[in-house]
Amino acid sequence: MSLSVPYLTKTRADTGLYNAKMGIWLFLASEVMLFGALFSSYVVLRVGSSNWPLGSTILSVPIGTFNTFVLITSSMTMVFAWASLKMKDLKKFKLYLGLTILLALTFLVVKAFEYNAKFSHDLFPRTSTYMAIYFTLTGLHAIHVIGGIIVNSYFWGPGSKLWFSNPEQFTNRIEVAGLYWHFVDLVWIFLFPVLYLL
Amino acid sequence: MSDHTHDIQKEVKGYLVVGISLLGLTLITVAVSYLHLNLTGAIIVALCVATIKGSLVACYFMHLISEQRLIYIVLVMTVIFFAGMMGLIVSGQKDHLFGTTMLQTETAPVNGAHH
Repeated sequence: MSLSVPYLTKTRADTGLYNAKMGIWLFLASEVMLFGALFSSYVVLRVGSSNWPLGSTILSVPIGTFNTFVLITSSMTMVFAWASLKMKDLKKFKLYLGLTILLALTFLVVKAFEYNAKFSHDLFPRTSTYMAIYFTLTGLHAIHVIGGIIVNSYFWGPGSKLWFSNPEQFTNRIEVAGLYWHFVDLVWIFLFPVLYLL
Repeated sequence: MSDHTHDIQKEVKGYLVVGISLLGLTLITVAVSYLHLNLTGAIIVALCVATIKGSLVACYFMHLISEQRLIYIVLVMTVIFFAGMMGLIVSGQKDHLFGTTMLQTETAPVNGAHH
């Protein structure tokens, strides 16, 4: 007897969604609470501090701006990858998803250089409350970027075989991976001004 | 060319416009930061632009603009819980024993700029 998971491609009558989409949105809701708790901590620490430094005096705004551009562009390539599958073009899909992965790696490399520069100037999480919240927020975000790279790399490589047996399910998987990736971009959109500019 | 493919191509053009708008808004945020507004003004501008950018990502890249009702319900619940959590945490800042003064967190000045 073989068991098959229902609603992988068909939408449920009660929700109007396929299961994975419902699942990813619930997961993203929990992620909002996770980052929300840290943002709230940032507000409390900042309001309670007698001496809070301006982000731009410690961090490099041009580097932060460059990384914001990189992440926004990766969000664009991610949605193009999904659209390519909708147009039944696997070659273009691979090109756009490959670009998404490369841009994500670029983001991490730049972030690693930023961290290294801070460490070489004896700026660690223990140095100040600002540095502590900076490393906590950007570190957690970087972990999410790494997670996205792993998932997208799987779909770019071995996971793409599903396209030949069940293209609709594969397209849905990419949509779900895309929703996660756009969320990672969305978090950075708020982190950048809060940490670098204010 | 099928209608479906044509529709998707139209959508792709929309994504491109949204993406370019996001890049433009990023430049605006950075440019405004060089105007050296007072802290309140800077926070308002930066968070307003970030909210617009976030809404563009959510509405178009994440397709929220044409999503099912259940997703909206989940998101409304998330917003309520998020606001509640933030309110409770931030209001905790004012929560101290009557007759005592608030303890200020010392943030050590950080030496050097743009490392």
